[in-house]
Amino acid sequence: MIGSAGKTRNPKLEIRNKHEWREGSKSQTDPTRLRQHFGLGDFVLSICFGFCASPFGFLHAVGPGRRMPGVATALLVLALACVPVAGEEAAEQQEARNPVREFFDRLDTEYHGFYEVRAGSRLQNDPHQKDLSIMEARYQFDLFHMRDWGDIKIKGDVYGDGVEEKGVFDLREANLFGRPTDFMDVKLGRQVLTWGTGDLVFINDLFPKDWQSFFIGRDTEYLKAPSDAVKASFFMDWANLDVVYTPEFDSDRFISGERLSYWNPVLGDRAGRKDKLSTERRREFFEEDELALRLYRNVRNYELALYGYWGYWKSPGGFNETMTAAIFPELHVYGASLRGTVGKGIGNVEVGYYDSVDDRDGDDFLINNSEMRYLVGYTQEIARDFTAGVQYYVEQILDYDDYENSQPAGMPKRDEFRHLTTLRLTKLLMNQNLSLSLFTYYSPSDEDVYVRPVANYKASDHLAVEVGGNVFFGDEAHTFFNQFHNNTNAYLAVRYSF
Amino acid sequence: MLRKKSSVVLSACAVFGLFVAAAVGAADSDVPDVQTIVTRANIVAYYQGDDGKATVKMTITNKAGQTREREFIILRKDVVDGGDQNYFVYFQRPSDVRRMVYMVKKHVGEGKDDDRWLYLPALDLVKRVAASDKRTSFVGSDFVYEDVSGRSLDLDTHELIETTDTMFIVKNVPKKPEEVEFSYYTVAVDRKTYVPTKMDFYDKQGQLYRIIESKDVKTIQDFTTVTKSVVKDLKTGGQTEMEFTDIQYNIGIGDIFEERYLRRPPREAMR
Repeated sequence: MIGSAGKTRNPKLEIRNKHEWREGSKSQTDPTRLRQHFGLGDFVLSICFGFCASPFGFLHAVGPGRRMPGVATALLVLALACVPVAGEEAAEQQEARNPVREFFDRLDTEYHGFYEVRAGSRLQNDPHQKDLSIMEARYQFDLFHMRDWGDIKIKGDVYGDGVEEKGVFDLREANLFGRPTDFMDVKLGRQVLTWGTGDLVFINDLFPKDWQSFFIGRDTEYLKAPSDAVKASFFMDWANLDVVYTPEFDSDRFISGERLSYWNPVLGDRAGRKDKLSTERRREFFEEDELALRLYRNVRNYELALYGYWGYWKSPGGFNETMTAAIFPELHVYGASLRGTVGKGIGNVEVGYYDSVDDRDGDDFLINNSEMRYLVGYTQEIARDFTAGVQYYVEQILDYDDYENSQPAGMPKRDEFRHLTTLRLTKLLMNQNLSLSLFTYYSPSDEDVYVRPVANYKASDHLAVEVGGNVFFGDEAHTFFNQFHNNTNAYLAVRYSF
Repeated sequence: MLRKKSSVVLSACAVFGLFVAAAVGAADSDVPDVQTIVTRANIVAYYQGDDGKATVKMTITNKAGQTREREFIILRKDVVDGGDQNYFVYFQRPSDVRRMVYMVKKHVGEGKDDDRWLYLPALDLVKRVAASDKRTSFVGSDFVYEDVSGRSLDLDTHELIETTDTMFIVKNVPKKPEEVEFSYYTVAVDRKTYVPTKMDFYDKQGQLYRIIESKDVKTIQDFTTVTKSVVKDLKTGGQTEMEFTDIQYNIGIGDIFEERYLRRPPREAMR
């Protein structure tokens, strides 16, 4: 499903005046403006750069005005040296005296969460977006309460977003779970849902994704957006069945231009926050709903699953007739997967047939054609605490001739087959407290690359520091990953968990 | 002194105390053959009762004296006594791994790898874990996977090298030395209870570099149980202490070793 993130064929944008946004974007790069706005955020950012400079030499490409001052370096080193010790002591004290925890203890409710600061910047100028790619201070609370009849879980994030200059409350989970009988589980409410065998590639997992969070460098947790749904699971001798019903369609948090610049074929150029993608949302409760099924069983530790989905393209899959807004056309998906031990590692295969109901003939240029999607993957530990995983993924447009013939002249056409390979390398060091991970998407057909390097160090049981990047490059400006080239970013995060 | 070689080797020491129990009525005068010793010690260390449960607290201390803690509830159920068994580990601390579940279906026999799963609650993700090296650190501690779930008996040859008033000392030599970091290890097995009380690992140069000791033993439901053990890595200067509480045997664990319970553990695994 990564293939459909933000990819639409004919995005029609709300453009007030082409000249206007070009002028607006120019002011973004005006050095005097930058200096005027150099505040606390920039200070944190400087720290971020200073920290990043050694592991990522290419960060020196950042302009000299943003170089990290020596004093800041010293402060950072000092802070990093002190924090683990202070953090430990604070943690002990907090657990002993924290009034919030005491309050929830009295209610017999587990209270956990974290505080996090995350800052990042684009590594090159993007005329359509701010230099800051991410700048947020976040608090997550996680409440869990067990009763005889079931469990209650509430998890939410409150964060100040320095890029969009606003405060946000994101309720990630609020659900009831019960085991009414030996053969049935039920989970009702807001929940995060995942199934399927791909690693950051999704075929039969049609639960909402947050691609924007993924690309700007939030924790991987945020790639999964929550669903407001009921999940009923039935466990039988011959197989198990999951039924997920979502009464109101939950789309992906797709790339709309809000935070990331993207390719706009109407403009024939990359576009950004001044040219946000306008969409027609589906909000008819019980009418515009989603149903997802998974039938699965484990045969000698080989996991076999069949999937069905009846809903809508999760990211915009077409345009309305007046081409004023992107839409979410009807979509049915039927698929299967198998996962298990192969040699010394784990192998997986998954396929899915995407039945684009509103354009079954494939000749409506406004609506996505039907597709076949194929995935094969293999993961193995190749040395101690060093794991490698490879995947090969193909998207095939069905009725390609009709697609080709129906496209307006001048529009860049998608290939009939989009090939995508991924490579994940993960190395654990220092008693598994330092994790170095590199995830690379490479498409030989689009000739573009997306690299996600992440280094995460657990300074203590409570404190973790993370440095990472999202690097996009390729040959042509309109291809899937390279359209995000100007969003290439690096970030630093410090998280205190409790 | 009786010396016998065997294709069966003593598995790791009683790292998980709950799997250690008394062998009642061990004969004092007769010295059994080495195969009997290792088979019995293996049962005592890892297969006592039909199932078991404990809360485990690990304290990992590095050379500089900095400590990290892990706390988890572990459930174990035997498929075959002395053979395959299943483990279910529910993490409680530290908070960044809280509610993660690690499940192992252990397969005994040469060339057979365990099946392992990991559940990440924040993503609702069930992962297959590809790790096949059982000499890898368990959750960043100085214990390795084999210490936790047992080293397959047929991976080493071994011999009884000494019999004292209280202990059998067994030397174990790997059949495939290229697959492990030690050249051999010795185990001191209590003559009465068959509890492995100390293991000494020697590196390829014959130097002692790793010691696992049982520090505290209690009797729980008539089973003699190691409730505290410590591993010391003499090369890194690190050590890990493992303490067991809330130990119970034969609690009647059902078929919890499947995806249903990975996604939502049974109540007995959560408290």
